[in-house]
Amino acid sequence: MLIKRTRASDIPSSEITSETVFHERRTILKAMGLGAVALGTPIVAGATSGERKLYTNEAPLSGPVWLQDKLKTLSPSLYSTTEAATPFEYVSTYNNFYEFGTGKTDPADNSQNFITDPWVVEVAGEAELTGKYNLEDIVNPHTLEERVYRLRCVEAWSMVVPWVGFSLADLLKRFKPNSNAKYVRFETLHDPEQMPAQASRFAAINYPYVEGLRIDEAMNELAFLSVGVYGNAMPNQNGAPIRLIVPWKYGFKSIKSIVKIEFTKRRPKTTWEMSNSREYGFFANVNPDVSHPRWSQARERRLPTSIFRQNYVDTLKFNGYGPQVAHLYQGMDLGRYF
Amino acid sequence: MLKLPVFKSLTFFLGLLPLGYSIYQVYQLQVGGVNVLGADPAKALVLLQGEWTIRFLILTLLVTPLVRLTGWRQLQRVRRMLGLFTFAYASIHLMAYLFLLLEFDFRNLWADILKRPYITVGFAAYLLLVPLAITSNGFAIRLLRKRWAILHRLVYGIALLAVVHVTWLARSSYLEATVYGVIVVLLLFSRVFKDKLASFQGTLRRPV
Repeated sequence: MLIKRTRASDIPSSEITSETVFHERRTILKAMGLGAVALGTPIVAGATSGERKLYTNEAPLSGPVWLQDKLKTLSPSLYSTTEAATPFEYVSTYNNFYEFGTGKTDPADNSQNFITDPWVVEVAGEAELTGKYNLEDIVNPHTLEERVYRLRCVEAWSMVVPWVGFSLADLLKRFKPNSNAKYVRFETLHDPEQMPAQASRFAAINYPYVEGLRIDEAMNELAFLSVGVYGNAMPNQNGAPIRLIVPWKYGFKSIKSIVKIEFTKRRPKTTWEMSNSREYGFFANVNPDVSHPRWSQARERRLPTSIFRQNYVDTLKFNGYGPQVAHLYQGMDLGRYF
Repeated sequence: MLKLPVFKSLTFFLGLLPLGYSIYQVYQLQVGGVNVLGADPAKALVLLQGEWTIRFLILTLLVTPLVRLTGWRQLQRVRRMLGLFTFAYASIHLMAYLFLLLEFDFRNLWADILKRPYITVGFAAYLLLVPLAITSNGFAIRLLRKRWAILHRLVYGIALLAVVHVTWLARSSYLEATVYGVIVVLLLFSRVFKDKLASFQGTLRRPV
């Protein structure tokens, strides 16, 4: 028989919030008009206000143990859009990751044995703290948040993806870049044994894949480093274990499987610019007014589409993130610097 | 060797398979079965029909050189059918693009044709296929006589346009475009030097 004795340190049951009240807490806060204050005002157009559920892909947590631990404390972000996210099934099977093949399903098919743990990121160039860092040391000081961003591909389709990660600026500041650091250059892993298409003689681009941002772009609040989607570790085909997300630029700027971050004085030569400078520029800001030779950029098809409905939506300048980023390009001729 | 009607029926059946497979995919998608077409099914369909168009075009062009090389004359009897399959798949490719992808929005169609070079050449290739399809019957052959052969040489121009179409579409890899391009150039080459090749073969066949 269990005899329950009351100790002085025990909380009297009269003090315990009843379950009903506990669950009504947010409703009560909202009713008091405190919702926006207590829970934050959305920053991005179409962003969430008040409470929001985090996205999940219903699978058990994956990735290295240290990452799984961090994923448990994931928090929502005020930069998230409330637009419905593209289902995980499509986010993880419709990819442009040419290192693993050119078809949209090739990356999912060919990247399953890709080794992303252990992973080392080299930090180099115009900064005080350069060197090689284990991914864990890169990620650990940061709190992971979920950012639901629109992703606009230069091929005129788009998705909405719940990324998991942290602010790029927060990371870059840790390395103490000096005043010569005018640009940040990123590089993808080059490993033709694991990434078979890198060895192809018919590849239209050179490897390793290189991308870059101007330092003020990189320090913008929206620039994000992502280590996962849908509350879980990043699938290999989406750019595991760590990738860039710059939501106001075409998708190809958001470089995947990063192994090197370099602070540079000069503007880095980026992969697509080198491959075809008439079609792809360094800035690659989403812009419905600047047409691409192959695709009109005036509108986009929001995936998933169905056979008989293409979900056309008008493309927004800077992919709808103008209020946060338009000031970066003040006075620039965006038709010329596309 | 198969009897001609059997051979023809077999070719017809095989030619319908890619279309049948696409119809099956669409059916699966509509009833919520396995989604092979992915997040962007209309685009996947358009691309697949386009790939089969250029494959049938190459098969059609292969007939004559193959007959010459192997002496398998029966093959000659399905050339017209292969040509018409090319036209059929090209038509489905174009229709799928117009109805499914563009949602039959003519304003955007003209913009696409005028502004996107790969669509310009693709559309031109299709327009050139039309007279060939119309004249692919005994009546037209008798009516046009020598001019029929000249008209149907257009098919080499169409094949080159198709290769340009595929090349300009390629974004990350030129593998497909290269394979198709090499085959078409070889076929064109064998056509231009037909007589020389024939006399060369004649030397080979002559008993020593």
